[in-house]
Amino acid sequence: MQSQQDSGIKRQIELPWSEAFKMSMKSIRIRFWRSMITAAGIFLGIAFLQTVLTTSAILEGIGEGYDEMLKLRQSWLVVMSLLVSTVGVVNSMLMSVTERYREIGTMKCLGALDKLVVKLFLIEAALTGIVASVAGSLVGMLGMLLVHWIRFGSRFGPAFADQLGRLGSNLVLGIAVGSVLAILAAFYPAWRASKMPPAAALRSEF
Amino acid sequence: MATAYEYIVRTKDLVKEYTMGGQTLRALNGVSLDIKRGEYISIMGPSGSGKSTLFNMVGGLDKPSSGTVFIDEVDMAQLDAFELAWLRCRKIGYIFQTFNLIPVMTALENVTLPMIFAGTPTDDAIEKGIKLLQTVGLGERIHHKPTELSGGQQQRVAIARSFANDPAIILADEPTGNLDLRTGTEIIELLRRMNKDSGVTVISATHDLKMIDVSDRVVWIRDGQIAKIEARADIELKVGTMDGEQH
Ligand SMILES: Nc1ncnc2c1ncn2[C@@H]1O[C@H](COP(=O)(O)OP(=O)(O)O)[C@@H](O)[C@H]1O
Ligand SMILES: [Mg+2]
Repeated sequence: MQSQQDSGIKRQIELPWSEAFKMSMKSIRIRFWRSMITAAGIFLGIAFLQTVLTTSAILEGIGEGYDEMLKLRQSWLVVMSLLVSTVGVVNSMLMSVTERYREIGTMKCLGALDKLVVKLFLIEAALTGIVASVAGSLVGMLGMLLVHWIRFGSRFGPAFADQLGRLGSNLVLGIAVGSVLAILAAFYPAWRASKMPPAAALRSEF
Repeated sequence: MATAYEYIVRTKDLVKEYTMGGQTLRALNGVSLDIKRGEYISIMGPSGSGKSTLFNMVGGLDKPSSGTVFIDEVDMAQLDAFELAWLRCRKIGYIFQTFNLIPVMTALENVTLPMIFAGTPTDDAIEKGIKLLQTVGLGERIHHKPTELSGGQQQRVAIARSFANDPAIILADEPTGNLDLRTGTEIIELLRRMNKDSGVTVISATHDLKMIDVSDRVVWIRDGQIAKIEARADIELKVGTMDGEQH
């Protein structure tokens, strides 16, 4: 048998991130409503997280009823809201990957490396995660600020001013949590799908 | 440049077993087959005889339980992920019964995708994509999505896509299986024409007897084994009596 060197079989090149980014953008645009469903899950979770954080900040600023019991309840709510958004994100990412098994199989037949498949889903998840968590954070925070403004009237202004820095960092926290959750949630299903032999991915019916 | 070996594909004692619910099923049971460069070969056999399984092994889409597939005398099991991806991208073009176009992409985007994977600059890929779509008679439909095309047209897009990186081998799994008689004949003729024009080796799994007319050789498989291999010259004499043998 001949040696492998003169077989003419070379190594597939890796597509740069920029090319993967273009493909992901296209995919999100074309599947706009599908992306919106994924985004909605993240949006709701992060909006809820933000309402809890905002309430806690404003109450502290006003110096009202902020005892240990309430603090405990707040932390509990934060944990719950994070769980809610995690479950939502993982679920929608799982769905968006599994319904595209066939497409993943086809892309691998056409020469896509496993890495590219993972990259495409991670970029999609990151973009969706960022947009949804920015929107969720803003809506959650602004909505809650409005509620407290109505509730506390003139006492709201000083409390708000006092807590401005903390609200700002909450905003950043919410966006970071949403985006990181989206990426983490997409990673496992995307990685698993990318490892499937193309024959198995192509056989799946969706 | 690779040396031009006489046999572009060889399989040796290929076995594939599937285990489901504790039961083991031998989909391929010792298939040894040599395919010459430039040949048009049909793998004929009834449903469930192991054609798709063989297609998957030869195409590097799944791993055999035992036995070897050589592509240009290279043992496919020795290739790493990068080499395997290169092989699928540049050396083999795939055509499926269900077309398997990417539904969210236009005809042109589907055809350019393998070229993007190969690192072809976008402009060159688009130019070549348009040319390929014209070759398969879809020059007017390059911006249509798969859902806006008929079955026959979708299969033409798939054929154009399979030729994107000038492969040495076209692997087709029941390419006419979802098409009506006339469209099926057109697709078969298109494949034959491209085989003649570019010298590409065509390996087609099928139970469509229309394929016999254009094949250089027909490999009959049954229960995962090769029943017989016939050259077309031998078949033509008795093609009239073939119909009863199909199922
Ligand atoms: N992934 C799989 N898991 C279990 N059995 C399979 C799988 N793929 C194929 N088979 C079985 O292997 C046999 C051959 O199948 P296949 O190669 O698809 O035949 P053909 O393409 O000739 O119709 C059939 O009995 C089929 O049910
Ligand atoms: Mg089959």
